[in-house]
Amino acid sequence: MKKSVRIIALILALATVFALVGCGKQTGGEGETQDTTLAEGQTFAPIPADKIKIGVVHITSKDDTSGYTYAHQKGIEEMAAALGLKSEQIVIRDNVDDNDVEATKAALQDLVDAGCDVIFATSYNYMDAVEEYAEKYPDIIFSHCSGYKSNGKNFNNYFGRIYEARYLSGIAAGLKAKELGVPIVGFVGAKGSDNSEVTGGINAFALGVQSVYPECEVLVKITGEWYDPAAEGIAAKALIDAGAVVLSQHCDSDTVQTTAAQAGRFGVGYNSDMTPSAPNNHLTAPIWNWGVYYTQTVEAIIKGEWKCENYYEGYNVNLVGLSPLNEKAIAHGTKEAVEEAQKKIASGELFVFSGPLYDNQGNQILKEGEKLTDEQITGEINYYIKGVRVL
Amino acid sequence: MDTLFNFLYASIIASTPLLFGTVGEILSEKVGNMNLGVEGMMWLGAFAGFYAAYKTESFLISLLASFGLAAVGALIYAFLTVTLKANQNVTGLTLTTFGIGLSLVFGKAMITAAGGAPKTSDVFNAKVAAINIPVLSDIPYIGKIIFGLNPYVYIAVAIAIILYVYLMKTKTGLNLRAIGENPAAADASGINVNLMKYINIIIGGGICGIGGAYMSLVMVNGSWQDSGVVNGYGWIAVALVIFSSWNPAKAILGSLIFGMFSSLRYYVPSDIIVIPTAFYQMLPFVVTTIVLIVTSIKKNKENTQPAACGINYFREER
Repeated sequence: MKKSVRIIALILALATVFALVGCGKQTGGEGETQDTTLAEGQTFAPIPADKIKIGVVHITSKDDTSGYTYAHQKGIEEMAAALGLKSEQIVIRDNVDDNDVEATKAALQDLVDAGCDVIFATSYNYMDAVEEYAEKYPDIIFSHCSGYKSNGKNFNNYFGRIYEARYLSGIAAGLKAKELGVPIVGFVGAKGSDNSEVTGGINAFALGVQSVYPECEVLVKITGEWYDPAAEGIAAKALIDAGAVVLSQHCDSDTVQTTAAQAGRFGVGYNSDMTPSAPNNHLTAPIWNWGVYYTQTVEAIIKGEWKCENYYEGYNVNLVGLSPLNEKAIAHGTKEAVEEAQKKIASGELFVFSGPLYDNQGNQILKEGEKLTDEQITGEINYYIKGVRVL
Repeated sequence: MDTLFNFLYASIIASTPLLFGTVGEILSEKVGNMNLGVEGMMWLGAFAGFYAAYKTESFLISLLASFGLAAVGALIYAFLTVTLKANQNVTGLTLTTFGIGLSLVFGKAMITAAGGAPKTSDVFNAKVAAINIPVLSDIPYIGKIIFGLNPYVYIAVAIAIILYVYLMKTKTGLNLRAIGENPAAADASGINVNLMKYINIIIGGGICGIGGAYMSLVMVNGSWQDSGVVNGYGWIAVALVIFSSWNPAKAILGSLIFGMFSSLRYYVPSDIIVIPTAFYQMLPFVVTTIVLIVTSIKKNKENTQPAACGINYFREER
């Protein structure tokens, strides 16, 4: 008897442990490949601005004060303000786990039942459920962030060139490292080289660093989780131990920034302005301005001009950007250097991933004059460029 | 050499919440109550300790608050399992869910009230920063890992040693172990079984709570996170109880080893030694399984789970 109880208890305990490990939270719509085939035009009738109803599905709470959902929610609110929509015209389902298909469908059904004309689903794994609902309800527009599926009729996807902002943040980090005279910059990434978005982001950051400080090395630690504050802290500490003087990140908490600040190092955040977390040490952060997309899209729907096209923009429309440079922390000349590069990116004069480009194994990725295509950027960056070292 | 000691230092930092959780749970299991609510109690402690530190800037009040709220969680558990004889596993799991939910709800309220992510002040952060003893802390290599740690680490080790002495060397400790092995016999010999269960479950829970506070105050530098910070450490502590064979002194070593598992992958030069991340994440559980197999083969009565652990004691059914 007691033995069996013991065994059952142990199994239960271990099962729960494994279950917890298994359901590591995936906060973040992290794109894989982007389907850029354009739509066969179907048009929707105009909807009066005071009648339109907008549905949103968020992965975490709409009341978050920083991070991924916060950025989307801010965009939705900006859109509502810009178009003069009332709060009851926006229906939100938040804390919808994107690994839980049933929960996703229930949230979508709620929004359909609430009479929404357009539904924005902001996280990657909502994709298949959204696809199914788009087929089921052809009169409703479904717009999914960071995935790659679309149906050319009422279901598109949207994402942005955040790597452009990462490149600029790399300039800020590189100049700071140069000012300190230490050619080592660190980066805490959530996912390894199998994830093109994180890996491409690290590469873009490194290119930015190298553009101002060519001999500077970028050391990378991978946590394996989008959100794991304790692990992010350990990884940041390990980078500091390895000599990094500026730490950047692609993960969801501000622990990398606070750890850097405590050790007297500097940091580049992500998703939202993390200066409040490290007032004297945070340089800047690549951020999203989702309001640009939401406003444009809803406005088009109101006018009856919406077309089912996939959306992948960047600095040219200010979908991505940098949080205000922190005067207390940045190196001299950062502002000018960032502004100059920003103009070049916006005008198309500077393309981040252009040749010659080598990976850190010595293979040539791009020859002089070549550029990565959007499909390659969103789905096929599985290598680190020269000067990046994963530790 | 530097890397090795940096790694050791990081491992000690990462092992401390596990040590709190483990010795707390050992205390509970030694009186025969398997409390799977460690994770929940750590969440409660993480919130209460943070909130107190945020509001009062006092280390002592923060310590007591984290202990106190987690102890309340343990009290609920004790009432349900000891007095009402509810199933221990289910009650423990419920406590986990409850603890996580409660601290997230109040954490959210705290964020809303602060109008942004709340942070502890520099005054408080200085109190929980790594101590610096002149001369001693400056000894090359070992100075930092012995005399240059934050106060929680010393508290954790002290608690583990005190509990070891209490459990193994005192009469009360003997009584307590008797309850875990055979509550009916203990009862017959005049020990107040239920009272002892209550006291030890509650103290054990409170100790788990300090581990949670350590995570929100030290591991993430005193910044309250939207989605919490404990995220599974409580479960590792439950596994560690088995690993340390219900011995608080061994728990010090055990948690250090498990702390190494969490920091190892950041210190192994992965451009030279390529091991998938999943392997490191799996390590604690594989090692626990191996220890479990080895100890059950050895059939050493001393190093196994208390015989009555997980079984509620019905006085009337003796």
